[in-house]
Amino acid sequence: MALDRWVSFIILCAALAYGYAAFFTMDASLPPFMQRNPIWPSTFPKVLAVLTIATSLFILLGFEKSPESDQEPDIDYRRLGDYYLGQALSLLGLMVAYALLLRPAGFLFATFAFLSCGSFTLGERKFHILLPVAAIASFVVWYLVDEVLGIFLRPWPFFF
Amino acid sequence: MIEGLLIGLSAAFSIQNLLMVIAGCLIGTFIGMLPGLGPMSIIAIMIPVAITIGDPSAAIILLAGVYYGAIFGGSTSSILLNAPGVAGTVASSFDGYPMARKGQAGKALTIAAIASFAGGSIGALLLMIFAPMLSTVALLFHSAEYFALMVVGLSAIAAFAGTGNVGKAILMTLLGLVMATVGEGALFNMPRFTMGLMDLQSGFSFITLAMAMFALPEALFLVLNPKRSAQGASGKIENLRITREEGRKIAPVIGRQSIQGFFIGVLPGAGATIASFLGYAVERNIATKEEQEEFGKGSIKGLAAPETANNAACTGSFVPLLTLGIPGSGTTAILLGALIALNVTPGPRLMIDEPQIFWAVIISMYIGNLVLLILNLPLIPYIAKVLTIPRTYLIPFILFFTLMGSYIGQNNATELLILVGMGICATVLKFADYPLAPLLIGFILGGMLEDNFSRSMQLYDGIGFIVDRPMTLGLLVIAVLLVVIPSYRARRAKARQEGVAEGD
Repeated sequence: MALDRWVSFIILCAALAYGYAAFFTMDASLPPFMQRNPIWPSTFPKVLAVLTIATSLFILLGFEKSPESDQEPDIDYRRLGDYYLGQALSLLGLMVAYALLLRPAGFLFATFAFLSCGSFTLGERKFHILLPVAAIASFVVWYLVDEVLGIFLRPWPFFF
Repeated sequence: MIEGLLIGLSAAFSIQNLLMVIAGCLIGTFIGMLPGLGPMSIIAIMIPVAITIGDPSAAIILLAGVYYGAIFGGSTSSILLNAPGVAGTVASSFDGYPMARKGQAGKALTIAAIASFAGGSIGALLLMIFAPMLSTVALLFHSAEYFALMVVGLSAIAAFAGTGNVGKAILMTLLGLVMATVGEGALFNMPRFTMGLMDLQSGFSFITLAMAMFALPEALFLVLNPKRSAQGASGKIENLRITREEGRKIAPVIGRQSIQGFFIGVLPGAGATIASFLGYAVERNIATKEEQEEFGKGSIKGLAAPETANNAACTGSFVPLLTLGIPGSGTTAILLGALIALNVTPGPRLMIDEPQIFWAVIISMYIGNLVLLILNLPLIPYIAKVLTIPRTYLIPFILFFTLMGSYIGQNNATELLILVGMGICATVLKFADYPLAPLLIGFILGGMLEDNFSRSMQLYDGIGFIVDRPMTLGLLVIAVLLVVIPSYRARRAKARQEGVAEGD
């Protein structure tokens, strides 16, 4: 089964769960006075659930054929092995680490670490350029956001 | 109109707003040049900055400046490197790149700049004429018509955005609408589909979603396939002049394409990309025989046509945004989100309630185009240096700016995890050939769609408003036709193809 149909299958499952919530569980907590309204909080979701389930079934069952194009696609998941998948995954990992570290480690350190590790992952080895660039960029962004725009970003780790 | 113009002039010519236009155009040109970063990602990254400015007219002037700048920057990289930074400038590389290879890079950039300037300025003029007319009509609309109009907009976007894949585009639109129902709606005061998570109480953040849908997958694709960020040492760019004869040759092209591009831009879902391809095709068809030979080998007409059309279309796409509050493209959808965050509701009342915003935007379009012409053109050789930034630095910075953008908006680290998660989903969707712009447009329109739907349900005590109001019914019929006809025609074309025996 092609990837686009797997995706529509996943969307179908999500839509079924969504529809179940809209049709069967949401209305239970509705206060009596609202029940006399012509529209309930669940009305619109019910419509959406039905439409989404129908559309995803339409794609899942293959009623829509993608137009065949002669052009080599820009990027193709079937050749995922040829790409730099490891680099992409480690960058995603770095982003998660950044999200978790931002508060405890402080903005300056977390950003410096993220930028230098990111460049390192992509193959940069000239540390005498890389490290100063990362350090200056972290400080400049912190200065712009915290001092100029006035949005608080804790610069140092929590124990300072 | 004169009164409005004066208000707009005085607002747009304040020092702050002039700085905003210049800054926006420069930033847009700078980033738009980088292959793989389109106007949507750039505007998404700029939104937190715009919101903290606080003044809605300054913010939208900045973002609009970024938008034109990005389109202009995109054409620079497609001319110099054959690596369009923006989908709307792909057609510019057909003739722009051959010109650059013939050593006429400077001339190509000048033509691109003049064509963009003319397209943008004529577009702004048309916008000034048509937007007030449309918004007078739109004032007659009730919530029922608004609901129907949004359905028309969404189905038009689905029909045009998913090239041949209408089903997928509809599914994405619906998914966006579904995501918009998460959180506490204004009308009901009751949390929906939050699964008990506090972080979802206020719904998904639109900035996070915009970053996750556009900036993150583009950056990941650059990592996965380095060929996308084709790099070349940009050679010397000199001899920016064009001759009088060449000017005479491209003038009619620019005139025609400004008007055609503008009206294509007004249609929801069409936008700069379709306008530029169509402009190129039309000009090639009406050119003389020997000129047709030139197309694709460095014809100045072939470069001027898409450049004019895409800029005129960018301006045109502001018409539905400013008059109806309905975005016709992903970029204007992001602008709409930014305006709502700034407490401005675009729509027919915008011209009456806050004329200074409306007119300042239009005046700033002229200024923006002028800035692009006089500031960027001489600076292009220097700005083009940005193309030599190695990707090992570029990509971590793009990722960092997406993270910062969604963190600044919410000041919440959980938001970053949501961003990464949705970014991965968006990348998978992109791999599977699902268009992502309809999802974001659905998400942004979702709240308004439901509000208008609920209001008309309450006014008419049920679903009766659909039959009671002929205009609503008519619009809904149009919406259905928009979706059904393309798939029906595709099916018939296919059936006919199968029926015909293949000759040998």
